[in-house]
Amino acid sequence: MTHPKVSTQRLANGLTVVAEHMPDVQSAAMTVLQPTGSVYDPAGKSGTAALYSEMISRGAGDYSTRELSAALDNLGVQRSVSPGLSHTTLSAATTADRISDAIPLFGAMLTAPHLDDEQFAPAQDLVRQALHALEDEPQQRLGRYLRRCSFDAPWGNPSGGTLDDIDSITCEDVREHFATHARPQDTIIGVAGNIGASQVFESINAVFGSWQGGGGTEITGSPRAASPLHIDHESAQTHIGLAWTAIPYSHERYFDAWAAVSILSGGMSSRLFTNVREKKGLCYSISASLNTLKNEARVFGYAGTTNERAQETLEATIAEIRSLHEGLTDDELRRCKAQAKSSLIMQQESTMARSSSLARDTWHLGRVLMPDDIRSRIDSITIDDVRDYAIEYAPQEIVLVTIGPKPLSSDCLHVDAVTA
Amino acid sequence: MQFYRHQLANGLNIVAELTPSVHSVAAGFFVRTGSRDETAEVSGVSHFLEHMAFKGNEKYSADDVNRIFDEVGARYNASTGEDVTTYYAAVLPEYLPTTMEMLSVLMQPSLRQDDFDMEKNVILEEIGMYDDMPSFTAYDNVMATHFSGHPLGQSILGTNESITALTAEQMRSYHRQQYNAANITLAIAGNTTIDAVRELAEQFCGSIPSGDAHRQLPAVEPEVRSEFIVKDGSGHQHVMQMGMAPMASDPLRFAAELLAVIVGDDSGSRMFWDIVYPGHADSAELGYNEYDGAGTWMTYLSCHPDQAAGNLQRMQDIFDVVNREGVTDDELEQARNKVASRIVLRGERPMGRLSSLGGNWLYRGEYCSVSDDLEVVRNIGRQNIRSLLEQYPLNVSTTVGVGPLETV
Repeated sequence: MTHPKVSTQRLANGLTVVAEHMPDVQSAAMTVLQPTGSVYDPAGKSGTAALYSEMISRGAGDYSTRELSAALDNLGVQRSVSPGLSHTTLSAATTADRISDAIPLFGAMLTAPHLDDEQFAPAQDLVRQALHALEDEPQQRLGRYLRRCSFDAPWGNPSGGTLDDIDSITCEDVREHFATHARPQDTIIGVAGNIGASQVFESINAVFGSWQGGGGTEITGSPRAASPLHIDHESAQTHIGLAWTAIPYSHERYFDAWAAVSILSGGMSSRLFTNVREKKGLCYSISASLNTLKNEARVFGYAGTTNERAQETLEATIAEIRSLHEGLTDDELRRCKAQAKSSLIMQQESTMARSSSLARDTWHLGRVLMPDDIRSRIDSITIDDVRDYAIEYAPQEIVLVTIGPKPLSSDCLHVDAVTA
Repeated sequence: MQFYRHQLANGLNIVAELTPSVHSVAAGFFVRTGSRDETAEVSGVSHFLEHMAFKGNEKYSADDVNRIFDEVGARYNASTGEDVTTYYAAVLPEYLPTTMEMLSVLMQPSLRQDDFDMEKNVILEEIGMYDDMPSFTAYDNVMATHFSGHPLGQSILGTNESITALTAEQMRSYHRQQYNAANITLAIAGNTTIDAVRELAEQFCGSIPSGDAHRQLPAVEPEVRSEFIVKDGSGHQHVMQMGMAPMASDPLRFAAELLAVIVGDDSGSRMFWDIVYPGHADSAELGYNEYDGAGTWMTYLSCHPDQAAGNLQRMQDIFDVVNREGVTDDELEQARNKVASRIVLRGERPMGRLSSLGGNWLYRGEYCSVSDDLEVVRNIGRQNIRSLLEQYPLNVSTTVGVGPLETV
């Protein structure tokens, strides 16, 4: 297997570029994290970042909206722009021979968007419609409520905005958001594909090298919402969301947490799938996954179940969560290591996955984890490591959010602390 | 890269595309069976059977099947459609033999009564899950309405009633009839060798019973119909429409793909500029779907109910102009570039090649490499679009709404 080559460069203005040369592929992909995320939405204006990410393709630099769109389509660039918590993420991929030509276009969007008054109302209408559609999608709504109850605001606020606030936001707010927060320091660009690092650095430098941005601001937090929380909805299923504390990606024991969650929910032989779905037939959709911010993390769990069985599903799921530290076997650990090994190697086929990892690793860790390093770290995990983690980080307090015709009894959430 | 084609003594077809420079290998069984092959009495059996395939045979229990796939780090799944059921896995090359063994176990499951009774609950849960997704309700209903009286209109999931009434014996009978070697194509893409493919196929697929591939292909004769399903408590409107388009064997299908991109792609298309970009809807798209013996134009609209009528009119206006005048050279060039890029990027990974490999063989008995596909796209011109529109204009006969509106 070719060992990937990763190079990092920090431009004079503070922008960080990470490049990985992948000679066996034809494509190249780019992930840009710009620190213009929704945690910077002013109070009462949740949706500012969402509007910003919608508007940056509506005219930028020397290009009108249509010119940008046609130019990117003609370069075969698949792309998306989405608001996140700390960052706006711009993702793009095309054949490696054309990615350099796309960089000036993205440079315009990220450093010189027009943010014109006349584009504001249509953008606001579009975002409002998307938010309105969400009201009829209980599974999607659940995620938003779960975050609100798990993380303090603004990290618990939805990065896509809210219907309540969307009409309080003005174009000036969006311009202010850009002027203050779009800056090269804390902007990270990851490029992976059949393109050499020096070419990447040259192209990025030419476009972003002289960019000076805003000064940023501090964030004031406020407490998360209370739970258990129930939202009434006449749905066929009751949608159950659960959350409890875990450790972030930057923590030295992160991979022990990862293994524990993998044993709980990592594949079809995992505990939740086997014991709640296969053996009891209580649900079709059930899962748990790690969700990490820079300094804290949660495990988010989900189960969708017909209303009559919802209480039973909740109790069965909680029982699995609480007994994770029990009966851990070498086979379970071996399986999650096999899945990790597969993922790491197959990731080498995907320029999009690699470019995203380059950018996100840099944000969370200040460096890139090489696949071989991850593999040896995972190979070194023992059953004791996983058991110790599962005991130390056993859920003391579980957040419960439900959407459906009736609330559920939350008595099963409260049990004695786990003893070794 | 090499193409390899073989047929076993029992009639099972094998198509493989070998690429030594990639890191993984993907394998899948494409079974020519789906909701269109069911009778009303066993509605949903193909999909339920897809679940039951994972419950093992005489040698392996359900737990064993899931465990072994996870032990080899497989990315695996299955899906049931109107005319094909697919089972697939991507693994590191050293695990291909185990993966082939397990995939072949899926082809000849025991279908035990107690597994059947328990999994029935999971199917009912899945039906419930889709009931809470308005766009799926719209899809099911627009298919049922457009293809009313035609096998393609049959529901993939079935209903609570049909699934509850279904017996294990009915499923076993359906399985015997449909899962014979003539109906099954094995597709393999990625880092393996011709010898490995042949040996593994002989070893693991040789015992699949031979049989006949048979399927009725009645003509489609949709009437102009409109149906609005009022969902209590819903606030947002979804509308799907359907019209006739080239079938899977029709050479016009490439032009149809391109036209759908020009007219109704989720960005940069006519529908995007006229409807989504000004904020009249959060989603307005046109897609092209191919089936055995039929094809459809399918539109999807998601918007505030107040905007629905206006948006449907905008869509109709766009279709009228395109039917009359065709498309511009610039639009065509842009769409070619978009589609070519998609073909290349998807084709980089073995899993990305698998559905093309299996689909091309199943529907058309052909093989197309990435280069072949790119060549076809490059050569589509305004003439092709004109021929397409003459035979299959952008006309919709069927409209289904899901949301608060009773009519539009």
